[in-house]
Amino acid sequence: MSIASRVGLRLEPRVENPRWMNWVVPIGSFLTALLVGAVLLLITSQNPISVYQRILERGFLDSGSLSGTFISATPLLFTGLCAAVAFRVGFFNIGGEGQFYVGAVFASGIALALGADAQSWIAVGAMVLAGAVGGAFWAFIPGILRARFRTNEIITSLMLNYVAGIGATYLIFESDSFWRELGGTGAVFPKGKIIPLTAQWPSFNLGSLVVPFGLVLGALIAVWLHVLQKRTRFGYEMRVVGGAPSTARYAGMRPSRVIVSVAMISGALAGLGGAADVGNFRHVLDPKGLQQSGFGYAGIVVAALARLNPLAVVFVAIILGGITNAGYALQGPDFPAGLVGTLQGLILFCTLGGEVLVRYRIINTRRQVRAVAAS
Amino acid sequence: MTTDVDSKAAIAPAVAAFGISKRFPGVIANDDVNFDVRVGEVHALLGENGAGKTTLSNVLTGLYRPDAGHLEMAGQRVSFDSPRAAIDAGIGMVHQHFRLIPTFTVAENIALGAPMVGEGRLMRMSNIEERIAELGEQFELRVDPTARIWQLSVGEQQRVEILKVLYRNATTLIMDEPTAVLTPLEADALTATMRSLTRQGRSVIFISHKLGEVLSVADRITVLRQGRSVATMDAAGSTRESLANVMVGREVERVQRRGTGALPGAPVVLDVHDLSSDGDRGLAALRSVSFSVRGGEVVAVAGVAGNGQRELVEVLAGLRPRTSGQIDVDGEVMDRADARHPIRMGVAYVPQDRLGTGLAPDLSIAENLVLKRYRRPPVARPPFLRSSVINAEADELMERFDVRAPSSQTPTRRLSGGNVQKVLLAREMSGNPKVLVVSTPTQGLDIGAVATVHQLLLDAAASGVGVLLVSEDLDEVLALADRIIVMYEGGITGVVDAQDATVASIGMLMGGGQSSEEVA
Ligand SMILES: Nc1ncnc2c1ncn2[C@@H]1O[C@H](COP(=O)(O)OP(=O)(O)OP(=O)(O)O)[C@@H](O)[C@H]1O
Ligand SMILES: [Mg+2]
Repeated sequence: MSIASRVGLRLEPRVENPRWMNWVVPIGSFLTALLVGAVLLLITSQNPISVYQRILERGFLDSGSLSGTFISATPLLFTGLCAAVAFRVGFFNIGGEGQFYVGAVFASGIALALGADAQSWIAVGAMVLAGAVGGAFWAFIPGILRARFRTNEIITSLMLNYVAGIGATYLIFESDSFWRELGGTGAVFPKGKIIPLTAQWPSFNLGSLVVPFGLVLGALIAVWLHVLQKRTRFGYEMRVVGGAPSTARYAGMRPSRVIVSVAMISGALAGLGGAADVGNFRHVLDPKGLQQSGFGYAGIVVAALARLNPLAVVFVAIILGGITNAGYALQGPDFPAGLVGTLQGLILFCTLGGEVLVRYRIINTRRQVRAVAAS
Repeated sequence: MTTDVDSKAAIAPAVAAFGISKRFPGVIANDDVNFDVRVGEVHALLGENGAGKTTLSNVLTGLYRPDAGHLEMAGQRVSFDSPRAAIDAGIGMVHQHFRLIPTFTVAENIALGAPMVGEGRLMRMSNIEERIAELGEQFELRVDPTARIWQLSVGEQQRVEILKVLYRNATTLIMDEPTAVLTPLEADALTATMRSLTRQGRSVIFISHKLGEVLSVADRITVLRQGRSVATMDAAGSTRESLANVMVGREVERVQRRGTGALPGAPVVLDVHDLSSDGDRGLAALRSVSFSVRGGEVVAVAGVAGNGQRELVEVLAGLRPRTSGQIDVDGEVMDRADARHPIRMGVAYVPQDRLGTGLAPDLSIAENLVLKRYRRPPVARPPFLRSSVINAEADELMERFDVRAPSSQTPTRRLSGGNVQKVLLAREMSGNPKVLVVSTPTQGLDIGAVATVHQLLLDAAASGVGVLLVSEDLDEVLALADRIIVMYEGGITGVVDAQDATVASIGMLMGGGQSSEEVA
């Protein structure tokens, strides 16, 4: 007898999936995470209400806070879209992380190569393109491997994250590469070259609100993806290939081609995130900073919480971005360090738990045993 | 346990349903269903596609909880929260789509997830194998417990499914269209098993659309109509006609080919010459097959499943490469092994696996209807799809082909078997094909739907389409075909004019023209 049956609970696959679950479950998961977080706070004798209130204020309500939130949300938006679009066709791209790095490497490379004399719009456009190409290239590898040799993309794309991370580190810390600043303090402390001012991405000021170009680009792409999936021939192919591969073949579609294309779109999105990270915020290739952030992995949480809907990804990215941003702003003796990380972990955990609830229902075996005993 | 049942259990039915109702969005699948299964009987459930038979089985096996009503077993009220609860209580489902792990042995598959036999926590394979052999002996279910699933025929795999529920001590077995996938010989073996089960005090709930089969094996029959149980009667004294009448509420006429052969002066629309191809395991499965089909003609391919028919239709549909041979469609050479090519040349194809190959089950009826036309105008305005056109065409086709569903936006997996097939035929026939290749088109369909599909095929032929009908059902073949091609071990053993054909003469050719050394 297994532990679960001794406890009296068991999971059974659901046969029917009511529609309301699409939004009730993610919201429920999110609230559950907050609730569990509140318990943790109580245990550490903090007042959860005041902590959450401060997160709300510093993440969204205080003047200027939303601008900071947008900065934190931008990379999550891109990596969230990256995961959402790939998972839709059953291509489990865990490689958003590595594709993000490669995008950053390509984008910073092109910005440095164009130099300070390039016109701003050309430099920014070139970075957008280079980031997308870099990410697409990195995702093409697991895509083609799966299409040709049926390798498992979860493993290959995950492994490539390490390759990309080590590669980027090599460029700055272990070689005299084109990306590395060799003059000034760079001779002593390894760091990347700052991209020229003309290549730095603009931000739009709406009154006191500052909206980075990267976020606008990401939101536009989310709309584009939504239209692509819902209204175009390619989106139709994606749906058929994702749900019924042998039917796709029967209808004359080429499932491998669709999957490789989607893999590349997915990678391009993460790569764009890397480009935005360099162009809008860091202005430099910073492998250590990138690896610490883990945007690629966080994107999977965003996509799951958004239930793979590109438009929902925008909102989820902003909410999670707000929590991250509040974490930065509130760091200090009176704010529990690590709370934000813990909270994000809880959100991931509860989201996965919520997905389990979508697919399975929980059964009380005790009741059942009685029912059988009665017979 | 069966010889000395106490008097109460002898009177109380093994399983009884009282007022069971189950609703789905937009449909009442079961509506106040009452019926009971006696100990030691085969109880057949009959009804048109969508009448609610599978839903009722799912209620009995704990997959669905009824919205109203209750179940009793041996006179005691029971309720099941899950399939496990039902099997613990003794109700087991023999799934039509086998849930077996191909690389595991028979014994491993059966032991998987079953409670341990005997004391201790170690699983002793030899004990399990012994028990399976015993059960096999007891119920005429011969299968080698150490064989691996992928080595078994479809009929043998089904025996494993039955053994699986018997191993869990099921006293009532539900079989949902078990014979749909069997050859006639295998179906006979299943009948013997059912008899042996009931002789030994087990009960069987048997679902089938084949009235002959139902009449020969069932003790009693309950008919469902639009979710309601309309009658329960003894099989003795019932006839096909009387059953059909109760099921459908009207006479169902069998469709019979009346015209003879191709239309006068009709061209050859499909010419297959010296075609060979390999099967899934890389062995030659189709050997130098040659034949032709003229416009307006219905040519049937008869044969026991697994004699190259699947490979033949897949090569024609561009889904399987050929190793040699030539195919001409309406005078044009089909030279690329690619599914798009035959579609463009006018070869329509209704595959045997309707939901797995022919349709995308999660997509709506409307979306499935444009599966082969989504690339071009008027459906597409590249790169976009025009949903207004798609929906308008769907409404029109659903009307024309009498597809019954809540709306054109319903996912196809929600449809009953007959309606699934109508969606497929609607799509394939609306593309103005020159050749229509259909594989076992009426498997799992109710008698009314069979008649509709047969009529649709004949209508297609009458409009000049060359129809290639692959079927194991000789009644169907004889009713529809102008000519009959018989396949055996990948080759053609004979081509017979339908007028001269008899079940016996074709059966003989199906066995290779020799004495039957058939594998069951
Ligand atoms: N999960 C579901 N969600 C919505 N509707 C369903 C579901 N399952 C069945 N239905 C509907 O309930 C009705 C009864 O379906 P059911 O599968 O029980 O019929 P059936 O008698 O088994 O038909 P068939 O002979 O074609 O197998 C049909 O109208 C079907 O579309
Ligand atoms: Mg059914």
